[in-house]
Amino acid sequence: MNRAFVAGVGCTAFGRREGLDSLDLMAEAATEALEDGGFERAEIDGLLTGYSTAMPHLMLSTLFAEHFGLAPRYAHAIQLGGATGGALVMLAKLLVESGQCRNVLVVAGENRLSYPGGRDSAIQTLAQVGHAEFEVPYGATVPGYYALLASAYMAAHGTSQEDLAELAVLMRSHAARHPRAHLTEPITTQNVMASRPIATPLKLLDCCPISDGGAALLVTGDAGRSKGVRLAGAGQAHTHQHISAAPSLTDFAGASAAAGRAFDEAGISRSQIGVAGIYDSFTITLAILLEEIGFAPRGWAGAKARQGDFALDGEFPLNTHGGLLSFGHSGVAGGMAHVVEVVRQMAGAAGPRQLVRAPETGFVHGDGGVLSSHVSLVLARE
Amino acid sequence: MQALKDHCEREARAGRLAYQLCRSCGQSQVFPRPFCNRCGHADLAWNTAAGTGVVVGHSVLHRAPTPADRERLPYAVALVQLDEGFRVMGHAGLDLGIGERVALSFDAHGERCLLRFDPLEQEPQ
Repeated sequence: MNRAFVAGVGCTAFGRREGLDSLDLMAEAATEALEDGGFERAEIDGLLTGYSTAMPHLMLSTLFAEHFGLAPRYAHAIQLGGATGGALVMLAKLLVESGQCRNVLVVAGENRLSYPGGRDSAIQTLAQVGHAEFEVPYGATVPGYYALLASAYMAAHGTSQEDLAELAVLMRSHAARHPRAHLTEPITTQNVMASRPIATPLKLLDCCPISDGGAALLVTGDAGRSKGVRLAGAGQAHTHQHISAAPSLTDFAGASAAAGRAFDEAGISRSQIGVAGIYDSFTITLAILLEEIGFAPRGWAGAKARQGDFALDGEFPLNTHGGLLSFGHSGVAGGMAHVVEVVRQMAGAAGPRQLVRAPETGFVHGDGGVLSSHVSLVLARE
Repeated sequence: MQALKDHCEREARAGRLAYQLCRSCGQSQVFPRPFCNRCGHADLAWNTAAGTGVVVGHSVLHRAPTPADRERLPYAVALVQLDEGFRVMGHAGLDLGIGERVALSFDAHGERCLLRFDPLEQEPQ
């Protein structure tokens, strides 16, 4: 079996990118990844894309292939909500390992913010992921579903709103060191607590923004063209779609199952991970995933953030680009930005955010739906 | 699926929450299906939920997904674990605590009859 390496990465500025559509943002990120890896278009034999709520299309991968000038022997557009980014990278790994492809371009992009109708359109579209008869008619939104989750999880495990606020503050402090982040103005826990309610207990600063942006990775079977980062393990788990049908509201075995599969394949344990990118659509998402996967004891994610464990100089640097919460969320590319940042940290290419010792191992986790679908990746320096 | 959904809607209009009980394995499911999603058999009986349960989630929405919903902000949604074992979403008062026992009623909303949960009246001692 071949081994799969990351050969190049690209990530556009996230924020308001007026005048650029989803194809433009995908092309910008793809161009950066090709340049980063020193690849020509003709060398790309696999193309994986996500979806775009601002450009819904039955065949987004072939649409992009035509636009960008690619003729892949394998093309596929994946739809797994927030887990799509991780799933795209997992599939690229499988394609290279199986020998189906040599060089796979993984790319996503969306003008979710500046698309006409913008925020309101995105909120309404995304709310439809709830159950058509049993949830959508009640007027919940995606923040609403996560807020319901937060109310249950916090009651069960003793997490406070102030605990969650620490995660928002941390993400903003990391984004402040990223020239391409959407939100960089420093915030305090007081700012988070005073921000306006969206769906109790979640307030504005507990929620990620809606951004325009794109991200891309090149996955290759050619060790000689690697950035020194190998995709060592990947795993998925899917436990439900709708919050009403979740097996539990207080523990999320899907997350630990996906992570376990990835750790097992890589032959690397959770305690060896040197840098992580964990899905943070809301502060509660990040807290639940950290605790479920075991990077924090149950109920302690906020406390660990407060004591600096997840900072650049902490024992477990987390979302060093600022995460969805502050780097930004443009859809599929939002989740891919975590992969790009972990790769950059391991390759010594994270600029003003570079960890003093480039980590030997990295972990990325994506969450789709309402903690419904999970994808975990383990990366190793090689 | 449409016939199953229509049945649930007719029951809701009559003030009843219909659910399916699998005669093969005993599982209850509230999302209607032509088969039991645990064992796969199609031997299902329609039952009516007693309408009582416990609040397991609650949130007051301050931002709405549609213009119609925007008119009634703020409003609350709750997740309730019904005594039959399954969990449903419903409208609720703005002030409802996790762990409270609640009872179900139905509210007409546009074309649908939606679930609403309010605290169960305490029986006088």
